[in-house]
Amino acid sequence: MRIRTAGVVAVLGLALAASGCGDSGSDKPAADESAKATGGKLVIWADDKRTAALKPFAEEFGKENGVTVEVQAVSKDLQTNFVTASQQGSGPDVVVGAHDWIGNLVQNGAIDPVQLPAEQKAGFNETAIKAVTFNGQVYGVPYATENVALIRNTELAPEAPKTIEDLVATGKKLKAEKKASEILCLQSGQNGDAYHIYPLYTSGGGYLFGTAANGDYDPKDLGVGKPESIAAFQKIAKLGEKGEGALKRSITGENSIATFTGKKCAFLVSGPWAVADAKKANIAYDISPVPGFAGGKEAQPFVGVQAFYVAAKGKNKALAQEFVTNYVTKPELAVALYKAEPRPPALTAAFDQVKGEDADLAKFSEAGKNGQVLPAIPAMAAIWDPFGKAEAAIIGGADPAKTITAAGKTIQGQIK
Amino acid sequence: MSAPVSGPGSAPQAPGREPVRRGLPRMSRTARQHAPITATGLVVKVVLLGLVAGIAIWAAFPLIEAEHWLALGVLAVTTAGLFYLYLSRRHIPAKYLVPGTLFLIAFQVFPVLYTASTAFTNFGDGHRGSKDDAIVAVQTASVKQVPGSTEYNLTIATTGDPATGSLTFLLSDPKSKEVFAGDADGLRKLDAADVEVSSLSGKITAADGYTLLNIGQASSRSDAITALIVPTDDGAIRSNGLTRAYEGKAIRAYDAACDCVKDSETGKTWTADEDSGSFVAADGERLAQGWKVGVGLKNFATVLTDRNISGPFFGTLAWNFAFAIGSTGLTFLLGMAIALALHSPRMRGTNLYRMVLILPYAMPSFAMLLIWRDMFNTDFGLLNNLFGLDVDWFGGNWSARIAVVLVQLWLGYPYMFLVATGALQAIPRELTEATSVDGASPWQSFRAVTLPLLLVALSPLLIASFAFNFNNVNAILFTTEGGPFAPDNPTNGATDLLITYTYRLAFGAQGAEFGLAATVSIFIFAIVATVSAISFRRTRKQEEVYS
Repeated sequence: MRIRTAGVVAVLGLALAASGCGDSGSDKPAADESAKATGGKLVIWADDKRTAALKPFAEEFGKENGVTVEVQAVSKDLQTNFVTASQQGSGPDVVVGAHDWIGNLVQNGAIDPVQLPAEQKAGFNETAIKAVTFNGQVYGVPYATENVALIRNTELAPEAPKTIEDLVATGKKLKAEKKASEILCLQSGQNGDAYHIYPLYTSGGGYLFGTAANGDYDPKDLGVGKPESIAAFQKIAKLGEKGEGALKRSITGENSIATFTGKKCAFLVSGPWAVADAKKANIAYDISPVPGFAGGKEAQPFVGVQAFYVAAKGKNKALAQEFVTNYVTKPELAVALYKAEPRPPALTAAFDQVKGEDADLAKFSEAGKNGQVLPAIPAMAAIWDPFGKAEAAIIGGADPAKTITAAGKTIQGQIK
Repeated sequence: MSAPVSGPGSAPQAPGREPVRRGLPRMSRTARQHAPITATGLVVKVVLLGLVAGIAIWAAFPLIEAEHWLALGVLAVTTAGLFYLYLSRRHIPAKYLVPGTLFLIAFQVFPVLYTASTAFTNFGDGHRGSKDDAIVAVQTASVKQVPGSTEYNLTIATTGDPATGSLTFLLSDPKSKEVFAGDADGLRKLDAADVEVSSLSGKITAADGYTLLNIGQASSRSDAITALIVPTDDGAIRSNGLTRAYEGKAIRAYDAACDCVKDSETGKTWTADEDSGSFVAADGERLAQGWKVGVGLKNFATVLTDRNISGPFFGTLAWNFAFAIGSTGLTFLLGMAIALALHSPRMRGTNLYRMVLILPYAMPSFAMLLIWRDMFNTDFGLLNNLFGLDVDWFGGNWSARIAVVLVQLWLGYPYMFLVATGALQAIPRELTEATSVDGASPWQSFRAVTLPLLLVALSPLLIASFAFNFNNVNAILFTTEGGPFAPDNPTNGATDLLITYTYRLAFGAQGAEFGLAATVSIFIFAIVATVSAISFRRTRKQEEVYS
């Protein structure tokens, strides 16, 4: 009898689960009750923070136009979930995400190009439009840009360092005076962090991809493993654990901001997301561009862009295009999204509006002025892991020439 | 990932052998057939079969819609079979066995078969859908605005019912103020006197002979609007949202005659290559959008011949065994030692000790793994700071390996302690007392009596624990992430298990390669299955000896 009871329970559970799945379709429109319209439905996927900021605007869009708008939060692996769902035909109409997803989303046929008229394009920051352009087509409507800068504790280091050597000298002095325990908080971890080390890599002369004739990055011209990249990493190695000790694998993404706010290091390389923590910890801080090596090239951070995309397999593409091209381009929405998370708006009008209230914003944007757009080509996916691990190995004392040559080979092998 | 994460073994999964030996309770068939039908029994039967029917109907509609006739047939046969089985009074054993078998097929056999079939394809990023999907994606991605063409203000209209009538685009040129009507037949000019144009938005707000759709109405006919393309001399007018239209042209088009994609601007062609599921140009350039094709044994060949995969394979395999045996063995030894200590009648306050010892098991292992990772940090970690060490735990091959086994030991010993305590209590004290009467030392009586009896009870759990640890993704991904990596090989680290290595292949930063990952999992499946089969055979022998 026990077996039968177990079977009963299992079947019942399965039935409940199944009916739950079946019902969820009809439950969804609860997101916006006010728009019990005859019109279509627009489904937007975004991460948690942006969902909260988007909701009031999405509802307003729905009310104005007599359509149902639903903003769903996907808190983990939004890109992968979006690609999988859109393959199965259960994806959203609009998705919000970083611009370096574009290459992968396009190769999986998950997003459509967006036709932005010239006057609308002109309203955006030029870098932002360049970032969402892939193979000569604009694939998303950008709303915010982001890049790293040098955040320093002005009590410990009143002057912004002009070169990385200045920074190391100041950091070492503070360490000798026992005012700080670390020279620089630049996250690496055991597996490296290509995003945060990039300004130093460019200052040392390295590059990732050459530029093709149409202005896009050219995956055939890989800079990792070339003599320039080896020279850059030789300079970085001097800052590593066997050298100055400014770069350490023990500083990770989890502890770098906390170490800075705990006043254990005077300099932090991070983005706008770190500012909230610095404010909370009551740290007197200032923001300046990440300095380069003395006599080296400019230190160029990566510039990333957050954008809205129209799903290729959405059920309501026309409405999605309407929302993305005509509604997202309004400065009000950009300002609201900025308030949800302080990243500089990509829309020039919105940026000017918030610039006055927030001095940090202008400083971040200044630090990203000479930045390089994070490559969106699918080949970029092959860079992150090997590049980061090579960085970590070199910081730990491995031979730069050997390590970077091997990393270059691995990356080359993965680019199809 | 439904298995408990921290416990190196999961009791419910451990294949117990008792039911097999005892078999089903032998009940006389005639007695069963004459058993009275109770009201509860009848209600339960009706409700359950009703649910089965409900699920079948719910599942049938999507299958009909997608025209999966074979799947629909399987569904119908299964449902009919279930009804027959439970409505008839015969086939008593099948009534017990069928639910379990169905679940076994749905949750074990099917995933294994699906994984196996994926291993023979190139399924992954860039090769997810069908060839038709890829062609649509290539063509839509190449639609460009015709240079110098007009951007129209768009109003959606119909000559019939707003919900069903065929659609027309009413277009106004914001510069010349000319107005047009466009449908699939082409564009024709409208008389300015017949239409009203809003001075604010530049859109047409009324037109003779047309019913205008507001955005709400239009949005419910989204597919028809996207599909409506008004042909022009240079390309076609397409909607861009619901209020604007542009003249665009697909630069790339698929030509079935040559099975290739042609670019009308550059004249370049990409021919379909069914072996790799991509469009390839003469110079070797591939279009990004590919499709899923069968690649035969290519993935297996890659696993066996790619130096990056097969080179470190045996090293990884050896470490994988060391990790699984080490984690299981050490947790067992420690758990059993504590259980023995607390089992001693001279021990006081055992309940308090037991409670404290269970704590690591009660904490969520995800969080614990992350905390342990931070405790091993060279500069800021608790371990180095507390003991005044300067060990680069996750930086050295052996220190990292020791570290992950230590973490597993901490997470896993409470489980072993629990099961060992239970098994010890089942061993009659008379046995050990008898050995001591015979003059055996405590160690001798432990070796000769307690341990063998313990092992009889715990061997299946140890095997389950081994199989679990062999594929313990969390233990590695949340701590070392497989590292440290050799400077010249970023794909395979010193603490990588086969499964974490597979995970990196399948979902790693370089893009998903499900086909290759499925192939590696088949290898892992074969290894774990072999090890388990051998172990079970050995324990059965052992059991025969002691029972």
